[in-house]
Amino acid sequence: MGRYLLGRLLTAIPTLLIIATLAFVLLHAAPGGPFDSDRQLVPQIQHSIEARYHLDEPVWRQFVRYLANLARGDLGPSFQYRNTSVNELIAQGLPVDAAIGLTAILFALLVGGAAGLFAATRPGSRADRAAMSLAMLGISVPVFVTAPLLMLVFAIRLHWLPAGDWVAGSWRHLLLPSLALALPYCAYIARIVRAAAIEALHQPYIRTANAKGLPAYLILCRHASRATLMPLVSFLGPALAGLLTGSIVVEQVFGLPGIGRLFVVGALNRDYTVVTGITVLYGALIIVFNLLVDLCYAWLDPRIRSRV
Amino acid sequence: MSASPPMLLQARSLTVGYQSAGRELLALDAVDLDLAEHECLGVVGESGSGKSQLLLALLGLSGGAARIAGSIRYRGEELVGAGTERLAALRGRRIAMVFQHALSALNPHLNLGTQLMEGARYHLHLGRRAARARASELLATVQISDVARRLRQYPHELSGGMRQRVLIAMALMCDPEVLLLDEPTTALDVTVQAQVLQLLRTLRERTGVASIFVTHDLAALAPMADRIAVMYAGRIVEQAPVRDLYAMPGHPYTAGLLRSLPRLDTPIPERLPAIPGQPPDLAALPTGCAFAPRCPLVFEPCAERPALRERGTAHQAACHLDGAAARKIREAWP
Amino acid sequence: MSANQPAGSLWAHSWRRLRASAGTRYAALLLGLIIAAAVTVPWLSPYDYSTPVWTQIFAAPSLHGGRLFGTDALGRDLLVRVMWGCRISLLVGIAASLVSVFIGVLWGATAGYLGGRIDGVLMRIVDVLYCVPFIPLVIVLEVLFGRNFLLVFVAIGAVSWLDIARMVRGQTLSIRAEEYVEAALALGVRTPTMIWRHVLPNLIGLVAVYATLTIPSVILFEAVLSFLGLGVHEPLASLGSLLAEGFIEMQAHPALLIFPALFLAAIILCFNQLGDALRDALDPRQELP
Repeated sequence: MGRYLLGRLLTAIPTLLIIATLAFVLLHAAPGGPFDSDRQLVPQIQHSIEARYHLDEPVWRQFVRYLANLARGDLGPSFQYRNTSVNELIAQGLPVDAAIGLTAILFALLVGGAAGLFAATRPGSRADRAAMSLAMLGISVPVFVTAPLLMLVFAIRLHWLPAGDWVAGSWRHLLLPSLALALPYCAYIARIVRAAAIEALHQPYIRTANAKGLPAYLILCRHASRATLMPLVSFLGPALAGLLTGSIVVEQVFGLPGIGRLFVVGALNRDYTVVTGITVLYGALIIVFNLLVDLCYAWLDPRIRSRV
Repeated sequence: MSASPPMLLQARSLTVGYQSAGRELLALDAVDLDLAEHECLGVVGESGSGKSQLLLALLGLSGGAARIAGSIRYRGEELVGAGTERLAALRGRRIAMVFQHALSALNPHLNLGTQLMEGARYHLHLGRRAARARASELLATVQISDVARRLRQYPHELSGGMRQRVLIAMALMCDPEVLLLDEPTTALDVTVQAQVLQLLRTLRERTGVASIFVTHDLAALAPMADRIAVMYAGRIVEQAPVRDLYAMPGHPYTAGLLRSLPRLDTPIPERLPAIPGQPPDLAALPTGCAFAPRCPLVFEPCAERPALRERGTAHQAACHLDGAAARKIREAWP
Repeated sequence: MSANQPAGSLWAHSWRRLRASAGTRYAALLLGLIIAAAVTVPWLSPYDYSTPVWTQIFAAPSLHGGRLFGTDALGRDLLVRVMWGCRISLLVGIAASLVSVFIGVLWGATAGYLGGRIDGVLMRIVDVLYCVPFIPLVIVLEVLFGRNFLLVFVAIGAVSWLDIARMVRGQTLSIRAEEYVEAALALGVRTPTMIWRHVLPNLIGLVAVYATLTIPSVILFEAVLSFLGLGVHEPLASLGSLLAEGFIEMQAHPALLIFPALFLAAIILCFNQLGDALRDALDPRQELP
C-alpha cells in the first residue's frame, strides 16, 4: 500500500509541474505586460515596479524563482491589489467556497443517494421512472440557469432569502447558492447510485446471500454496499474538483466573495498572478481528489488491494 | 406416496414457467419429487434439463419473472406461496444450498470469516466468538488448514477447490437438514473433484444430512447417491435406486447417458457412443415424449406424452415401452 | 463479413429499442423543432438580431406586435436573438464535439490497437491532462490572447476528447483481443485494412453514443464562457450570453432570462435524453424485447 501511494505521489509531482509551467508560460507569453492598462508611467517608477516584481530579470531566472516560490506554497503578489499576496486573497475566499461546496455535496449525497436507492429497489415502477425523469432534468438544466431562477423566485419575488452577498456564519446566505450548486450533482448521484445498486443486486453473490435466508437490510448494507459505492466514488473525485469550477458561476450570480469570483475578476483585470495561481491551486486539488478516489477504491475492493 | 421415514421434502406437479418472446417456456414441467431424511438424491441431466432450476424452485429463488405452480412441502408445510419471511427463515437454516461457481457465489468484498459467520449469527443468534468457533470447526471439517488465517482472507486469495469447500462449510453452518448441491464439482479439476466428492461422503456419514446432488456427470453419483432422478427437458424421465438405475435403465435417455460414460473395464471403443441429435429446445418441444426425436426405439405411442410407470421397486420411468423395456433398450444401445 | 453480420442484427435490435421509448421520441421531436425554428425564424422574421430599436426597448412579450418574446435593452427582438443564440450554441456544440470525437477516436484507437509502450505513453498523457483544470485554463487563454472565436472553439473541443479517448481505447483493446482479429492478423492482413474493416465498424456505436453525449456538455461549456463574458462577441449572441444579459435585467424583465433559459435547458435535455437512449439501446446486455 505504501508503495502504491508513493508511486502515485511521484506521478502527481510532474503533473503539477506541468500545470505550473503551463501557467508560467502563459503568464509570460501574454501580449503586453501586466501594467499596460495603467497610465504611462515615468521611467523611474516603471523600473522600480518592474524590479519589485522581478520582471527585469531574465525569463529563466523568473521561472526558477517562480518554481521555488511554488515549492514553498507562495503564489506571488497580486497585481491588482498591490499590497496583497495571492495567498492572502485565496485564504479569504476559500472558506466561502468550502462552506458552499461542502453543504452542496452533502445535500447531493443525502438526497441523491436516497433517491437512487429508492429507485433501485423498485426498478421500472412509476416512482422509479418519475425519479429518473427528474434526475434527467437535473443534469440537463445548467447551474447558471437554476441559480438566477432560484434567485428570482425566492429572493426577488418571495423575499424569503437574501439575494446574494455573503455574511459569514449566516445560513440564509448559504442556502440558495448551495442549493443551486447541489441540484445537478444530486441528479447525477441519483442516476449513478440507482445504476450501481441495480447492478450490484444482480450479482451472483447476492443470490447466495438470499439463499442463506439473510434479511433485505443485511443484504443491502453489507453485501451490495461496496459494489454500489465504487462507481459513486469514481464519480465523486472529478465531481468534487468540478464543484470548485462550478462555483465560479454561482459566485458570479450571487455575488459571493469566493475564489471563483476572484478568478474571474482577476481574469477581466489581467491580474495574471491571481489567475495562474488559482489555476495551479485547482490543478493541485484535482490531483489530490483523484488520489483520494484511488485510495478509496483500494479500500473498497480487496482484489485491487492485492494487486497493489 | 407412502413412506415409513418422514418425508423431508416433497414436490408434486412442480412447474416453473418463464415468459420468453411472447410464449411460456417450462423450465420445470410437473415434477414430482421425494426426499427422505438422511437420503441422498442425485439429479442428473444435460444443460437446460431444469436440474438447477429445480433446486432454485425448492428454495423459492426462481425469481420474480417465474410462474410457479404445484406444491413443495417441507415436513408437511407448504412452501409455494408461503411468505418471504417464512422462506427466509428456512433458507440457510433448514435447507441450505451450495452453488456451482464458488468464485462468483462468494462476495469478493467481504472476508471469508464474515461470510461464513453471518448465517449462524442471524439464524442462530450466535455471538461473534461462538460463530467464529463454529466456522473454524467447520473449516477444519472440510479439511482446510490454517483456519485462523483463512477466516481473514478474501475469496480471490484461495484456490478453486478450497473455495468450493468453503461454500460447503458455509452451507453447514446452521446445521441444516437438507443440503442442495448444484453441480459442486463441475467447475473443478478432476483430482480436486475426487477430493470434494470424498469430503461430501464423509460429511454425510458424520452429520446425516439429507441432500439433493445435481450434476451432469452420472459417474460422480455412483458412490454418493441412494436414488437418482434423471431429468430431460424440464421433466423427470426416470427415478430409481442407484444400483437399479445403473443395472437396468428403464428409459432410453438414461441408457444413452450410461452408455456414453468412458469405462476402464471394457475394451476401449473407437468412438465414445453419444446420444444422437441435439439437446431439446424448450421453445420447440414436440407434443408427446420430449426425447422422441433422439430415441432409437421411438414408435407410435410416443406421440403422446408418457406418464411415469413402474419398472420395479421404487423405480419409475416415463416411457411407453413395456416391461421388457430394459432388454429392448440394451439391444438398441449395447 | 464478420464485422458486419452480427453488427447488422445488433443494429436492428438497437433501432427498435430506440424507437420504442416515448421519452426518446419526444426528445427527438423537440430537438427537431428547435433546430427547424433556429434555421427558419431569423430568416422569416422582419426583425434583425443586431439592430437597436431605441423606441421599443423592453417591450413585453405579446402576440400582437409580432414581438413574441418581447425585446431586450436595446430594443432588439428577443425571439430572433434567442433563435440566433440557438444557432450559435448548436453550431459550436456540434462542431466542437466533432473536433473532440475526431481527436479522441484517433488517440484512443491508436493506443488501444498498438498497445504496449505506445499505449502506456498515450494514456499517461491523458491521465496528466485529466488533472488540468480546463475551465480555468480556457479562461486564462482567452484573457491572455483575446476573444478569438477559433481559439474558443478548439479549446472547448479539446476539453472533451479525454473521455472519448479512454472509452475508445478500452473498446479497441477488447476488439483487438477478439479471435477474429488474431485470425486476420495471422492471415497477413495489414494494419490499415485491419483498422478500417474490423476495428472502426465496431467503434461506431460507442462513438455515436459519446458524440451525442459530448454535444450537451460542450454546449454547456460554451454557455458558461459566454455567461462569464468570455464567449461570443457582441452583437452575436449565444444562449449563454443571452442568459447573462437576462440575468442583469431579470428583476424588472424576467422574460429576458426565462426564454433563453428554456431553450438552453431544452436543447441540453434533448441531447442528454437521446445520448442516454442510444447508450441503452446499444448495450448488448439488455434483454431483447
